[in-house]
Amino acid sequence: MNTGVVYVKKYHGVEIERREIKRYMCAGGAGEDIDCIIDECLKETEKSGVFNYTVCYRLYNCTAREKICNFGFSEIASSDLSKNLSNCEKALVFAATCGIGIDRLVSKYNRISPVKALCMQAIGTEHAEKLCDKFEDDIKKELAENGYITKPRFSPGYGDLPIELQTDIFRELQCTAKAGITLNENLLMTPTKSVTAIIGIKKEEI
Amino acid sequence: MNILDYVKNYITFLDGGMGTLLQSAGLKPGEKPELWNITNPEVIQKIHCDYFDAGSNIVVTNTFGANTLKFSEEELEKIIFAAVENARIAKEKSVSAKEKFIALDIGPLGKLLKPLGDMDFETAVSIFAQTVKIGVSAGVDLIFIETMTDSLETKAALLAAKENTTLPVFVSNAYGEDSKLMTGASPEAMVYMLEGMGADAIGLNCSYGPKEMSETAKRIVNAASIPVLFKPNAGLPEEIDGKTVFNVSPMDFATQVREAVKNGVRIIGGCCGTTPEYIKALNDLIADVIPLPVEKKDTTAVTSYTKAVVFDSKPILIGERINPTGKKRFKQALIENDIDYILQEGINQQDKGVDILDVNVGLPDIDEKEMLKTAVFELQAVSDLPLQIDTSDVSAMESALRIYNGKAMINSVNGKQESMDAVFPLVKKYGGVVVALTLDENGIPETAEERYKIAEKIVKTAESYGIEKKNIIFDTLAMTVSADPNAANATLKSLNMIKNKLGCKTSLGVSNVSFGLPNRDYITSTFFALALSNGLDAAIMNPYSFDMMKTYRAYCALTANDENFAEYIEFCENTEEITATAATTKAKTTDDASSELQKAIIHGRKEQAAEMTKELLKTTPPLDIVNNDIIPALNKVGKDFENKITYLPGLLMSAEASKFAFEQIKQAITSSGATSNKNCTVVIATVKGDIHDIGKNIVKLLLENYNFNVIDLGKDVTPEVIIEAAISSNAKAVALSALMTTTVGAMADTIALLKEKNIPCKTIVGGAVLTEEYAKKIGADKYAKDAMEAVRYCNSID
Repeated sequence: MNTGVVYVKKYHGVEIERREIKRYMCAGGAGEDIDCIIDECLKETEKSGVFNYTVCYRLYNCTAREKICNFGFSEIASSDLSKNLSNCEKALVFAATCGIGIDRLVSKYNRISPVKALCMQAIGTEHAEKLCDKFEDDIKKELAENGYITKPRFSPGYGDLPIELQTDIFRELQCTAKAGITLNENLLMTPTKSVTAIIGIKKEEI
Repeated sequence: MNILDYVKNYITFLDGGMGTLLQSAGLKPGEKPELWNITNPEVIQKIHCDYFDAGSNIVVTNTFGANTLKFSEEELEKIIFAAVENARIAKEKSVSAKEKFIALDIGPLGKLLKPLGDMDFETAVSIFAQTVKIGVSAGVDLIFIETMTDSLETKAALLAAKENTTLPVFVSNAYGEDSKLMTGASPEAMVYMLEGMGADAIGLNCSYGPKEMSETAKRIVNAASIPVLFKPNAGLPEEIDGKTVFNVSPMDFATQVREAVKNGVRIIGGCCGTTPEYIKALNDLIADVIPLPVEKKDTTAVTSYTKAVVFDSKPILIGERINPTGKKRFKQALIENDIDYILQEGINQQDKGVDILDVNVGLPDIDEKEMLKTAVFELQAVSDLPLQIDTSDVSAMESALRIYNGKAMINSVNGKQESMDAVFPLVKKYGGVVVALTLDENGIPETAEERYKIAEKIVKTAESYGIEKKNIIFDTLAMTVSADPNAANATLKSLNMIKNKLGCKTSLGVSNVSFGLPNRDYITSTFFALALSNGLDAAIMNPYSFDMMKTYRAYCALTANDENFAEYIEFCENTEEITATAATTKAKTTDDASSELQKAIIHGRKEQAAEMTKELLKTTPPLDIVNNDIIPALNKVGKDFENKITYLPGLLMSAEASKFAFEQIKQAITSSGATSNKNCTVVIATVKGDIHDIGKNIVKLLLENYNFNVIDLGKDVTPEVIIEAAISSNAKAVALSALMTTTVGAMADTIALLKEKNIPCKTIVGGAVLTEEYAKKIGADKYAKDAMEAVRYCNSID
């Protein structure tokens, strides 16, 4: 992997966990009758064309000193990110999306069945999280071959990492052209089941 | 020579990529390439000239991102004029003897259109229009719209072009490896929509190399009646020694594109990764290939944002239920602006298996134009079925057609000169398949022969408007047989004549035939069968009618239109289920039904809640049911939710179950002619900039359950609109929702404006980012941490 290039990776499926869907639905301890609802919704989301997974990413040399991180394109004031990236000499910035199909289903059910809308939202969120996990795993493996280890992913909006960083990420990764993700003036991404994050990379201690 | 004449006779060569060449020339990341038209004109001129010299007939101006989202109006004009001038200089300098043309390049806006995104359709049209107008004054030969990944945005660009110039327009989309656009459109759906709107050539560009894109190209050629263009990437980018290299060589590229030309593509070029070398390779290998003639297709098709529905051997079902005629409940929904009711009706019909949805909202008490536009906008967001725009108000027809995401069915035009003169221009401009009624200034003719004559006249007039026969579908008017025993014969005979002699598709609104007779379905469904065997292509019908669906499924099974009889068998299985359930439902005592209803609501069982309510209505006044069963059940669930015995999904399921129960109550009240008395009014909205609305919808549902009159303004709503609604509806409370730190400010603005205008209503706020503190800070009367709190508060202020 080299700096200065935006890579694009497509995925064709992710494994999701039912209990996570329930968690995102705020289903609490009780199982309730929602299993039926979840089954119906899953059936609909499993139809072809609903999910369209794309990840675009780019490698940067970075420095993380005290409270400032520098990626070359931006100086970011965030002590939380700084901590996460301590001793990292590189960082990988990525944008992942599950596509617009699930947004359509959420929209549809928002009008006719709020419980299904809630369920579709939860399913979408779970797909997005699992997509990021899968991507992170692939990156870990690729970098391990060259003796690098990675830090847990860190997204704009976490802790004190300003959400305004989204604008820079979108420009650097060309997210709209490469992955079909748009950013509105309130920094909301569409498709909504999209995630941007930074993965710190450092040399493995021998 | 005109570019269209050239394309008619020769394989036409576009140019190749611009971006990579600019990067090698020093374009910095983040720098806008369009600016180089002014700062580095020689570089741009050289690139264009190299492409002309390599054999390009058409060079596209360096204006891919040139629009008022990225540049000021002043800059835009300078850039486009410079871009066109650079191309013109290159054209003069070029040593190529070929015909050379300059195309105005228009790329996507980088924003998603509503309802998925936040850009307004008309705004997009006007942004594209500005670019087109400037390009046309600068003097281009054609417009080249490219790399579009969304059908609606493509429509906006094409409309902007067609409304501002008579120059030829080429339209190219970027398809994914699944042969669909990012927002779901199939190649066929795009072909029919774009052809309908008058595009001069269509095709695909970018995404992948020629081999990966060949399948999609083939599908476009098979559907299109106009020339097809093909401008793929030089394969996929790969990492070699730290540099990005595209993995298909010029020779391989040309070989693969040659295959596409042999399959019917006529306009070729390259996109990302290609250089003048690639165009030269194309020229060397392909210039001598004789282009396949463009075959005109006779296909009658309508489309939605995803798919095309073709009128072929299998008859098409058009669901008729979105229509206020004879439906008190529907009329009430329209008057109350209850869009959800319309959407539910659309989705229910879709579940029953219709192919197209008729949309008729004609009611004197409402603004039909606004309602039709809203209904179409909302329906196409929740259903992927094509719609039939059904109205006699031409202005309503136009505004709905304009925003329709695809190629619509239009109901209707008739043989009166006035009608044809009003409707045909709309069909020509926006595309569509128009239903033509065989009546004229003399009324509805009695004989089949006279109706046929009117049809002939309609075809001829349509031709004069440039509308082909394949886009007209004739309705020979199913008149009531009880008023005229020969009515059915006349309808069927004229149907047959039009189908077989005139060669046009046919449609009927079948239900009318049985008016006034008992067991209407027996007559309607048999008439349906007769019409089908006389060549009926589409029927506007009631999909809930068992007899109609039975006739339809049996007909398809009998005419080899049901592979493996799968649909017929499924229909039979579902029928058995329904009769089995009906048999086991016994009559209940009032007490039983009452406690069953409460249980149904508490456990969130919608169908049962509706059933039990229906049962209770036989013996109990509606409002008693509300006060004695529904509200107490809701209250229990609400308490359980607050005590963490039940959780959010359970709360929602109960709320939906009570909504189903309420629907029965509403129907009972409406049919008795009474009006229901509501609690006070609450205006609810997600604030400007925010499109999260699940929380808001939950609160709305619960408030409605508790009989509040809820005015739901939707999402991304400005303070001004909220204020206006609060004033005009005399709202007691305004409920605001926001989910992001960046949009919470709009909440403060809304409350400030309410206070400024001295509007005497309470404000309730909610949303994930809110806190009690912040709510106090911005002056809200109440911070509701969940839906139940919001309801309790509204109840307390009543």
